[in-house]
Amino acid sequence: MKLKQVEGLLGTLQQFSNPKVELEQYPTGPHIASRLLYMAESTFGDISGKVVADFGCGCGTLGIASALLGAEHVISIDIDSQALEIASENAADLELDIDFICCDIKNLGWRGQLVNTVVMNPPFGTRKKGSDMGFLTIALKVASEAVYSLHKTTTRDHVKRTALRDCNAKSAEVLCELKFDVPQLYKFHKKKEVDIAVDLWRFVP
Amino acid sequence: MRLLTHNMLSCNIKGVSNGFPLRLEAEKWVEKEVELNADFLRGIFPKIEWKALAGAARALGYNELPDEADASMLDADDFLRRFHHALLELHVEEGALVCPETGRRFPINKGIPNMLLHEDEV
Ligand SMILES: C[S@@+](CC[C@H](N)C(=O)[O-])C[C@H]1O[C@@H](n2cnc3c(N)ncnc32)[C@H](O)[C@@H]1O
Repeated sequence: MKLKQVEGLLGTLQQFSNPKVELEQYPTGPHIASRLLYMAESTFGDISGKVVADFGCGCGTLGIASALLGAEHVISIDIDSQALEIASENAADLELDIDFICCDIKNLGWRGQLVNTVVMNPPFGTRKKGSDMGFLTIALKVASEAVYSLHKTTTRDHVKRTALRDCNAKSAEVLCELKFDVPQLYKFHKKKEVDIAVDLWRFVP
Repeated sequence: MRLLTHNMLSCNIKGVSNGFPLRLEAEKWVEKEVELNADFLRGIFPKIEWKALAGAARALGYNELPDEADASMLDADDFLRRFHHALLELHVEEGALVCPETGRRFPINKGIPNMLLHEDEV
């Protein structure tokens, strides 16, 4: 499937109707999400024919993009059952088979190394300090081939150290820098949209 | 939830040493056809816990998997088709996953297992 088609379909997805502040619920927009997965597939071959897990899937965007790009099996996990309900409707609308699990990423028990690739846009930890590093640590244990993740550019050194030193990742590479407009979902955001600089990372466990 | 996912989930309650496989109690399930990818099946076979897969398939009324399997069987189309069907075409819609050690039930509603732990289980 072509990049433009993926982006177009992601644009039709329903997103959080009542975003929960403490869970940092805001979607990855269709533009960034489609490019992230397209690059994962066309440059690295990490999606098609693979088992892909989406950590903190929200309304399903990244897992759905993976399925559109030919992932053999997608498992999308979120702590919030309301978000999962929307995600599962989104998948059904596009006639995609995706397995959803309601769980705290920190508490899920995994057996074996069945997951090839983890894709995620974790909570940046603006509400709960360190939550993106928690996601990353687990993703590097669960994935056997690659982890794609978004982290604030201001934390670049810390992310690199955590991956390479604490998690023994083989590599940690920033693929590109993005402007992520987090919409004004929350009262404490004063401006209408807050632009934050975000890195797209690829890690090899 | 399909049985490939079941094959990689285990119970993570504090103190549980053997949380795999979760026993599958199914009330409702559906079959959906998907294209068979032989390379994928051959690649994933060594990572599958066969007894757990065969047991879960039986819980869904599918008795066509042998009790034991080894890689040489992957040459037979018939075996590949059954393996594919059990792994990727059966969807549990309603039921529960039950921890083999503690008996704790994790309900499955609308196809989504709820694996959230209570505070005293973390
Ligand atoms: C920034 S949003 C990203 C949503 C979606 N992946 C996307 O890209 O559109 C982060 C998501 O992580 C979920 N989340 C937060 N903490 C979590 C946890 N401990 N375990 C699982 N999911 C969590 C939130 O509910 C939210 O849906």
